[in-house]
Amino acid sequence: MFRWLALALLAVLWLAPGPGRAQLADEALTALTSTSFNSIREGVEALAASGHPRAQSIILALQAGKLFLRGDKVLFIKDEDGSVIEAATGAAADVPASALKPVRVNNAVRGAIDAALGALRLFAPDAAARLQAAEAVFRSRDPAALPALQRAMASEPDAKVKRRMEQAHATALLFLPEAKESDRLAAVMTLRARGDIEARSTLGNLTGQTQAVAEAAATAITAIDRNLQLWSLLQSVFYGLSLGSVLLLAAAGLAITFGVMGVINMAHGEMVMIGAYVTFVTQQAMKAYLPGIYQANLLFAIPLAFIVAGLIGIAIERTLIRWLYGRPLETLLATWGLSLVLQQAVRSLFGASNRDVDTPAWMSGATELGSLTLTWNRMYIILFAFLVLAALMAALRYTSLGLRMRAVTQNRQMAAAMGIRTPWIDALTFGLGSGVAGMAGVALSQIDNVSPNLGQNYIIDSFMVVVFGGVGNLWGTTLGALTLGIVNKFLEPVAGAVLGKIVVLILLILFIQRRPRGMFPLKGRAAET
Amino acid sequence: MISHRVTLLTLALVFGGAVLLAVLNQFTPPGSALHVPPYVIALVGKYLCFAMLALAVDLVWGFGGILPLGHAAFFALGGYAMGMYLMRQIGTRGVYGNAMLPDFMVFLGWKALPWYWSGFEWFAFAALMVVLVPAVLALVFGWLAFRSRVTGVYLSIITQALTYALLLAFFRNDMGFGGNNGLTDFKDIVGFPVQADPTRASLLVLSALFLCGQFLLARFVVMSRFGKVLIAVRDTESRTRFLGYRPESYKLVVWVLSAIMAGIGGALYVPQVGIINPSEFSPANSIEAVIWVAVGGRGTLSGAILGAVLVNFGKTWFTSALPELWLFALGALFIGVTLLLPEGVMGLFRARAAKPGTAPEAEAAPAKGMVT
Amino acid sequence: MTEADTLLYLDGVTVSFDGFRALNGLSLVLEEGEMRAVIGPNGAGKTTMMDVITGKTRPDTGSVIYQAGTDLTKLDEPAIAALGIGRKFQKPTVFEPQTVWDNLLLALAGDRRPKFSLWARESAAERARIEQILETVRLPEQRHRRAGDLSHGQKQWLEIGMLLAQEPRLLLVDEPVAGMTDAETEQTAELLREINLTRAVVVVEHDMAFVRALGVKVTVLHEGSVLSEGSIDHVSEDPRVIEVYLGR
Ligand SMILES: Nc1ncnc2c1ncn2[C@@H]1O[C@H](COP(=O)(O)OP(=O)(O)OP(=O)(O)O)[C@@H](O)[C@H]1O
Ligand SMILES: [Mg+2]
Repeated sequence: MFRWLALALLAVLWLAPGPGRAQLADEALTALTSTSFNSIREGVEALAASGHPRAQSIILALQAGKLFLRGDKVLFIKDEDGSVIEAATGAAADVPASALKPVRVNNAVRGAIDAALGALRLFAPDAAARLQAAEAVFRSRDPAALPALQRAMASEPDAKVKRRMEQAHATALLFLPEAKESDRLAAVMTLRARGDIEARSTLGNLTGQTQAVAEAAATAITAIDRNLQLWSLLQSVFYGLSLGSVLLLAAAGLAITFGVMGVINMAHGEMVMIGAYVTFVTQQAMKAYLPGIYQANLLFAIPLAFIVAGLIGIAIERTLIRWLYGRPLETLLATWGLSLVLQQAVRSLFGASNRDVDTPAWMSGATELGSLTLTWNRMYIILFAFLVLAALMAALRYTSLGLRMRAVTQNRQMAAAMGIRTPWIDALTFGLGSGVAGMAGVALSQIDNVSPNLGQNYIIDSFMVVVFGGVGNLWGTTLGALTLGIVNKFLEPVAGAVLGKIVVLILLILFIQRRPRGMFPLKGRAAET
Repeated sequence: MISHRVTLLTLALVFGGAVLLAVLNQFTPPGSALHVPPYVIALVGKYLCFAMLALAVDLVWGFGGILPLGHAAFFALGGYAMGMYLMRQIGTRGVYGNAMLPDFMVFLGWKALPWYWSGFEWFAFAALMVVLVPAVLALVFGWLAFRSRVTGVYLSIITQALTYALLLAFFRNDMGFGGNNGLTDFKDIVGFPVQADPTRASLLVLSALFLCGQFLLARFVVMSRFGKVLIAVRDTESRTRFLGYRPESYKLVVWVLSAIMAGIGGALYVPQVGIINPSEFSPANSIEAVIWVAVGGRGTLSGAILGAVLVNFGKTWFTSALPELWLFALGALFIGVTLLLPEGVMGLFRARAAKPGTAPEAEAAPAKGMVT
Repeated sequence: MTEADTLLYLDGVTVSFDGFRALNGLSLVLEEGEMRAVIGPNGAGKTTMMDVITGKTRPDTGSVIYQAGTDLTKLDEPAIAALGIGRKFQKPTVFEPQTVWDNLLLALAGDRRPKFSLWARESAAERARIEQILETVRLPEQRHRRAGDLSHGQKQWLEIGMLLAQEPRLLLVDEPVAGMTDAETEQTAELLREINLTRAVVVVEHDMAFVRALGVKVTVLHEGSVLSEGSIDHVSEDPRVIEVYLGR
C-alpha cells in the first residue's frame, strides 16, 4: 500500500512542472555552461531527467556542435544558416557570432548525450519509437538512465512498451553499484522472464554481485538457455514447415502423375519453372498495362500458371507420354529429354540469367511470435500449399473427373470397360499434375531465383518426397514433404546445409530398404507388377 | 553366326582404329596430310572411356533390367582414385612446392595428408582402389537395394539420389578431394609426362585394349548361363524365384561388375582429360550415359560402344559449331530414340539384316536378349 | 496315416488383404505321392493357397509344414523351390524373349548360384534331359523358337515342361487346361497322371470334366476354407457344394 502511495507521489512529482523541477532544469543548464567536462556531463544527465520541454533540442544541439555559450553564461543554439535562438526558451535572438563560443564535448560527454537522448526518446509520442528507445537503454545497461526510465514507466500507457522499460530498468539497476540486493534479485527475475539472448548476455556479464544474486543469475541463465533452445526448435520447425510446404507443392503434381498414371515425369521440374516464368511475365504485363492493381499480380499469376502449365502438360501427354505407357523407364528418359528441351527453350526466350520477380508489399516483411521470426512470404506459401492440397483432395474426391481418375488408378482395364475414356482421363490427369506444378512455380518465384534451372533444383527433392511418401495417396506425399522438410532443417544447424542434405539422402536410401514402396504404398494386385 | 561377325568387327574397329590413330599421330610429320593432331587422340581416348561407362550401363540395364541413373558415380570414383595417384606424382612441382601435400591442401592450410590419401603414391595401390572403391560402394548399395526388392523406377531414383549425395559431398572442401576444383595440374603417370604426345597415344591404345577386354568379359557374362538367368530376371523376376534362383545375387554380381567397369573407364579418362572434378557426379551425366546405350541399342554390347562414340562425337561437334542447339539436340535424341528407335542403331542394322518375311515382332519390346 | 506319409500339411492358414480374408483358417493334408484336385468358385482362395505354399504370400496366422518338420512360412520363394516344390502359374509365365530350349535349360535342376552358372556349360546329360522333356510336352519342333511366340496352349505345355525339368517332389499346377482344346485337355490329364507316378501333384482346375478324368481326391474351397473333401462323386452330391456352385 505504502509503495503504491510513494509511487503515485513520485509520479506526481515527476510529472508536475512544479518549482522543484524547474529548479532542477535551471541547475542543469548552468552545469552546461561550466568549462569542466565533468560538469557538462552531469548537466546533460540532469537536463534529460529534468523534464524540461526543450531538453531534447538542447542535447541534440550539443551533440551536433550547435550549442554555444555567451560571455554571460547564457546558452544559444546556432544553426548552420546562422540563425540563433536562445537555448532555454527557443526564442529567436540576435547575437553576433563573434560573441559565441561552442560548448565542447569529450567522449564521456558524448556517452552521456547518447544515453540522455535515449532516455528522452522514452517519451516520444510514437509507441514504436518508445519501444525502440527502451530497447536501446536496455542494451546500454546505463544506470544513469534510471530516473528517466522510472518516470517513463510511470506514464507509459502501452503494456508491451512498459514491459520493455521494466526490463531496461532491471538491467540498469543491476549495473548500479548502490542498488539493494532485493531489488537486484527482482531484476534478475525480470530478465529471466524476458528470456532472450540479450537477457542472457546481460546476465552473463554481471560482475561484483553478491552471492545470492550471482546464483540467481546463474539459474536464470540455464533457464533462459532451455527457453532459447525451445524457441530455436520452434524456429527450425517453422523453417522445416516452410521447406516442407515448398516440397509439397513441387511434389503434389508428381504424386498425381506418378500415383495415378505410373508415369515418372522428369520434366516436372520444368513445369514448376514455367510457372515461375508465367509469374514473371504476368508481373511485367501488369506493370505495363494494369499498374493500378499491380499488388494483386500473384492472384492473376496463380490461375494463369495453372492453365499454362496444365495445357503444356496435356500437350506433352498427347504427343509423347501416351506412346510410352507401360514402359516407365523409357518414359523417364523421354521426359528427361523433354526437360532439356524446355530448359533450353526458356533460356533462349528469357536469357540464362535470373529474372526479377517482385514480392508484393503484403507478402514482405515479418512478424514476431515470442522469439520466432515468421516471414510473411513463407507463411503465405505454407498457407497456399495447404490450400492447394485441400483443393486437390476435394477435386479427387468430389468431382466426376476425380472419381474417374481414381477408377483408372485402381483398374485401368475395368475403367475402360465401364466406358470411361481412359486416354482423356490420362491427358487431364497429366494436365492437372502439371498445372499444380505451375502453381508451385508461382510460390517458388517468391523465395527462389527465377532461372531456367529452377526446376532442376527441386526435381530430385520432389522425387524423394514421392518415394518416401509412397504413391498411394496425397497424405503420404504431405507427410513425406513435411517430414523431409523438417528433418532437413533440423540437421542443418548440426551438420551444415550440405552435409545435412547428404544425410537426408542416405537416410532415404536406407528407408527405401525397409519400405520399398514408401510409407503409404498402393496395395492390392494392381501394385504387384 | 552374325553375333560372331559383329563381335569381331567391334574388336577390330576399336582396337585397330585406336592403333591406327596412334601410329598416324606418332610416325607422320605434323605437316603431312595423314597426320592426326594430338587433340584428336585425346578426344578419341575420351570417347573410348565413355564407351566403357556405356558398356557398364548396358550390362545392368540391357541385361539386368536395372535402369541406373547414377552410374557416372562409379566412373567418377575410379577417376578420383586415379586422380589421387596423379596428384601425388606432382611432388614438389606444385605451385607451393610441398612434397607431401597437394596444392589445394596447402591452400586450405592443412598440415598433414589425410589418412585416406596414404598409399596413393604407389600406382599399384591406386589401381587397386580404382577397382575396389566402386566395387565396395556398389556392393553395399546393391546388397541393400536388391535384398529388399527395390525395383523399377524406385531403384532408378535412389541410384540418382546416391550420385547426387556424392556430388554434394565432393563439392565440400573439407572432404579433402579438392572441392569445387577437383584434382588437376597432373604431371607424370608411371614416370611418363601426362601431357606428352607419346603418353597420350599410349593411353589411347591402352583405353582401346581395356575397352576390348571389357567388351569380351561382358560378352562372356551375358552369353553364359548366368546371362540367361539374368535376362530371365530382367523380364520376369518373380518367375525366376519360383525356379529357385535368387535374383538379388545375380543382380548384385552384375551390378558390382558393372561398377568396376565404369570405375576403370573413369581411371583411364582422368589422365587423358587432365582433370577430375565433382561435376562428373552430376545426375545429368549418368542419364546421358543411359542415352548413349539407348542410341546404340539397349541389350547389344556393340551398340553401347557405338552409341557412346556417336553421341559424344555429336556433342563435340555441336558444342563447337552450334552450342545453343546442343541441349535441343540432346533432348530430341532422348525423345526420338525412346519413341522411334527403341532398339537403337543396332536394331536398325538387325532389321536390315533380317530377311523379308521374317520381320521382327510387332511389339516394340526393347532388347530381345540377343547378343550381338 | 502315419506322419511319415504326410508331404504337406496346412494348418489353420489365414491370409487377409486389407481386412478381406482370402484364406480363412484353411487346413489341408497332402500325402506323399498323392494327386489332389482343388476346385472352388472364383475368388475361393485357390491361387492364394498356392501363393502361401510357395512363399509368395506370408500368412497372418497358421503354418505350412513340408515333409514333417520344415515350416514353409519361414522361408522365401527360392528356398522353397530348392526344397522341391514347383509351381505353374494360372497365367502362363515363361521367359518370353528366350528360346524354348533355354527356358527348359534354366528350369533344369541343378546349382542355382551365380558362381556356378557363370562357368556352366551344357552337358550331354542336360541336353538329353531337355530332349526328353521336349518330347514329353510335345514341343520338339519348337525348340529354337522364342517362347513368347508360342500359342497360349503351347506356353502352358512349356510351363509344365519347365516344372518337370525342375524335378520337384511336389507340383502345384494352377489351371493347366484353361484355353486348351478337348484333345489337349485329355493329353494334359494323361501327362499329369504320368507325372504323379513319381511325384505329388496339386491341381487347381475349374474344368469338371478334366477333374473327373483325373479321378483323384477332390478338395472344394469356398471363401478361404475347405467346404468339402472326397471323391468327385462325393463332393458333387454334397448339398453345400451344390449350393455354392448353383445357388446364389
Ligand atoms: N494381393 C492381393 N491383394 C488383394 N486381394 C487379393 C490379393 N490376392 C488375392 N486377393 C483376393 O483374394 C481372393 C482370393 O483370390 P484367389 O486368386 O486366391 O482366388 P482363386 O480361387 O484363385 O480364383 P480364380 O478361380 O478366379 O482363379 C480374391 O477375392 C482376391 O481378390
Ligand atoms: Mg486363381
